Amino acid sequence: MPAYIHLKIKRQNEPNAKPYWQEFKIPYNPNMNVVSALMVIRQNPVEISGKVVDPVVWECNCLEEVCGACTMLINGMPRQACSALIDNIFKEKGSEKPIILEPLSKFPTIRDLMVDRKVMFDNLKKVKAWIPVDGTWDYGSGLRISEETQQLVYPISRCMTCGACMEACPNVNKKSKFIGPSSIAQVRLLNAHPIGAMHKKMRLKALIQKGGIHECGNAQNCKRVCPKNINLTRHIAYMNREVNSYALRQFLEED
Amino acid sequence: MKNAKVIIVGGGLAGLMAAMKIAEKQVKVDLISLVPVKRSHSVCAQGGINAALNTKGEDDSTWQHFDDTIYGGDFLANQSPVKNMCEAAPGIIYAMERMGVMFNRTPEGLMDLRLFGGVKKRRTAFAGATTGQQLLYTCDEQVRRLEDLDFVKKYEGWEFIEAIIDEAGICRGCIAQNLASMEIKEFLGDALIIATGGAGMVYGKSTNSTINTGSAASIVYQQGAYYANAEFVQIHPTSMLGDDKNRLMSESARGDGGRIWTYKNGKPWYFLEEMYPAYGNLVPRDIASRAIYQVCVEMGLGIDGKNQVYLDLTHLPEEYLNKRLGGIIDIYQNFYGDNPKKVPMKIFPAIHYFMGGIHVNSNHMTCIPGLFAAGECDYMYHGANRLGANSLLSALYSGTVVGPAAVNYINSLDSLAAEKGQKSGAQGVKHQQEIHNKITKMHGTENPYALHAEMGEEMTQNVFIVRHNKNLAENDQKLQEYLKRWENINMLDNNSYSNQTIMYVRQLKNMMELARVITLGALRRNESRGSHYKPEFPERDDENFLKTTLAAWRPNGPQFSWEDVDTSIIKPRKRQYSKPKEV
Ligand SMILES: Cc1cc2nc3c(=O)[nH]c(=O)nc-3n(C[C@H](O)[C@H](O)[C@H](O)COP(=O)(O)OP(=O)(O)OC[C@H]3O[C@@H](n4cnc5c(N)ncnc54)[C@H](O)[C@@H]3O)c2cc1C
Repeated sequence: MPAYIHLKIKRQNEPNAKPYWQEFKIPYNPNMNVVSALMVIRQNPVEISGKVVDPVVWECNCLEEVCGACTMLINGMPRQACSALIDNIFKEKGSEKPIILEPLSKFPTIRDLMVDRKVMFDNLKKVKAWIPVDGTWDYGSGLRISEETQQLVYPISRCMTCGACMEACPNVNKKSKFIGPSSIAQVRLLNAHPIGAMHKKMRLKALIQKGGIHECGNAQNCKRVCPKNINLTRHIAYMNREVNSYALRQFLEED
Repeated sequence: MKNAKVIIVGGGLAGLMAAMKIAEKQVKVDLISLVPVKRSHSVCAQGGINAALNTKGEDDSTWQHFDDTIYGGDFLANQSPVKNMCEAAPGIIYAMERMGVMFNRTPEGLMDLRLFGGVKKRRTAFAGATTGQQLLYTCDEQVRRLEDLDFVKKYEGWEFIEAIIDEAGICRGCIAQNLASMEIKEFLGDALIIATGGAGMVYGKSTNSTINTGSAASIVYQQGAYYANAEFVQIHPTSMLGDDKNRLMSESARGDGGRIWTYKNGKPWYFLEEMYPAYGNLVPRDIASRAIYQVCVEMGLGIDGKNQVYLDLTHLPEEYLNKRLGGIIDIYQNFYGDNPKKVPMKIFPAIHYFMGGIHVNSNHMTCIPGLFAAGECDYMYHGANRLGANSLLSALYSGTVVGPAAVNYINSLDSLAAEKGQKSGAQGVKHQQEIHNKITKMHGTENPYALHAEMGEEMTQNVFIVRHNKNLAENDQKLQEYLKRWENINMLDNNSYSNQTIMYVRQLKNMMELARVITLGALRRNESRGSHYKPEFPERDDENFLKTTLAAWRPNGPQFSWEDVDTSIIKPRKRQYSKPKEV
């Protein structure tokens, strides 16, 4: 059993400050994860040199990998800190090497490991990821959705807007406006719903605007890092076909 | 009224539903939330949401839903609001379906329903084992649309720290603090709705999210709202204990066929099935938790001699499990390593839900005009014990009530906060700035995180499944000490940007105030009812305690009084789950 956990953390005091690194060693316990390790540091923020420092700031909430808050780079991989079990990391990499924690790099840093993912919510606005109902009131039952459709799109509805796919995608970068894989998949989810389907076109149209689906370079990293195993590449391919036939129809009708 | 505005604190199901209802009435909303609303704790709900849709050929009805809820709550809930909720439930579910929730389906394409605890009819609609997530996301989408239409303005990453109450005692909005810049700002509004969820962190570890401190509810209690039935805390029978949190294994696992057992004399003992033949593994949570506690702590029959028993799914077909329980199977496997499809899960009870909360009338308004509360932070719908899958319902339903009620209230006002709230708002900002400055200068010897952990352990030790008056009294002494020790806290963080410790220190004090209400409420209630169990007083005592506990904040501690319960529809009867319930 290892005696301690060694962490190397990239820190930044505020949005425009210069990042720096600090290292911490904390006592090992079985069944810990990266969040519980950060909690130990928070309670007693002493650097490896013995210097007392400000506690590390990060975001977390549910601690069961459904809220998406605690996404960060752990040994270079974007993933949720709560479900990154220390024992598993040690099994893969050994306990000698430090575990490296960094904030997601594709989003502005707020402080330390905490970033601002507002752009992802804005992207959901861009693709109009909602169903324009008449109102929230009750007018009885009526919808039928096949089991097959439900089973096909339910996995997309588990997307936590965590940002892992954005982080991994080479086409999401400072120069591009690419809305990223998760928002494209959401369009498939909403278009599959019987009422959502009535408003298909507004979302397809959104997908061909600047930063839309054509900016996907098919690197397929998104699917590999999605913590919910959403088949993002398949959904993007499907939406690509939909968008193409929509564009073609637009072209024919307008002529 | 023109230019009126409602401030909602909290973007879980209750807050989002309230926002939709208010925007539908063409009134503007400022929505304040600690986290992006899409990450609110409602996302954690797994098992499902109740509504008597009666699509299973089982003769279900909203009346039976109502009766089950009242009986399950041991007759402590006010009956008229509960009846209204059960009647509204099917309409709410159908609206959620229209808005896009991908509920599981039957072969005919109808919503599928599963069985849940304390009931005999299939009444729980579900989306795999991530129902709360799907409901929250759908509400989030609708509110994003309203944001796009300029009806709602979101302030995510802001913490509510004070309600603005003017000289006339009327609530005119709130003061909130930005979690990044630490700016303190007034949000003037004509009604303020608190929809801030549960308070699991008062116990240190629970199934709740880390933001569920109950701080906001505690603040309005300290500002003059009553806190009701605090002693009724739901302890969920099946959770996976952890060092950082206790992770829930949903009741749907048993609803879909899971069984609970341990070894007795070398053989599997399905003790719930034996003790409660009528309901078996699906007895209400308070009963299941007490049985597991008895088997482990009193009889010493826990698996491997520890406080744990098995929750077993291994006899169920793999595809069935994947379709219906995938979400929780993933959680167990990710965090524990074992595959529940192959190996029984090890579980023990944990703090889960707060039946008690901010006291409100049937319009969800507190005793302070203009101050409303809805969702898990109110006290209205669950009495002494909540039935599974009823709180997603009560969160949404209370949102549908509080939204229109707030608009009606505003229409009755003769002046708006924009003119009447300014002075109190500015005072509030100044007052909170002083508190902020004071906290930043705290350099005592107490570590806030260690102090919190200590309090959590004491609460879990003394105000848990089995309660003794001696322990409760001692617990309150401890809490008073903690409040003193709080004054001597060391603010660990010296950075003035995005300082989480400052906010945590604020919350910690509020948690302590709330912990006192829970503890002393329990001390005063000398009976056993629902989740509140005292071996010294093992029976329910309607003559003395068929009453809502009300706590009012006083500098020296909560001042208690009682309020009668509305039992106008169903006459209270004995609650027992060993026999079928007669309606
Ligand atoms: C693991 C788990 C599983 C569950 N499963 C089920 C289930 O299957 N069925 C069921 O019916 N119920 C279930 N419940 C209960 C149910 O999820 C909750 O009761 C319900 O979601 C509460 O909703 P809410 O809107 O009241 O609050 P929440 O969803 O908790 O939202 C609270 C909101 O308030 C905000 N907030 C809090 N404090 C402040 C502050 N000071 N300033 C600003 N904002 C603040 C937060 O940011 C958040 O947006 C479950 C609970 C847990 C813990």
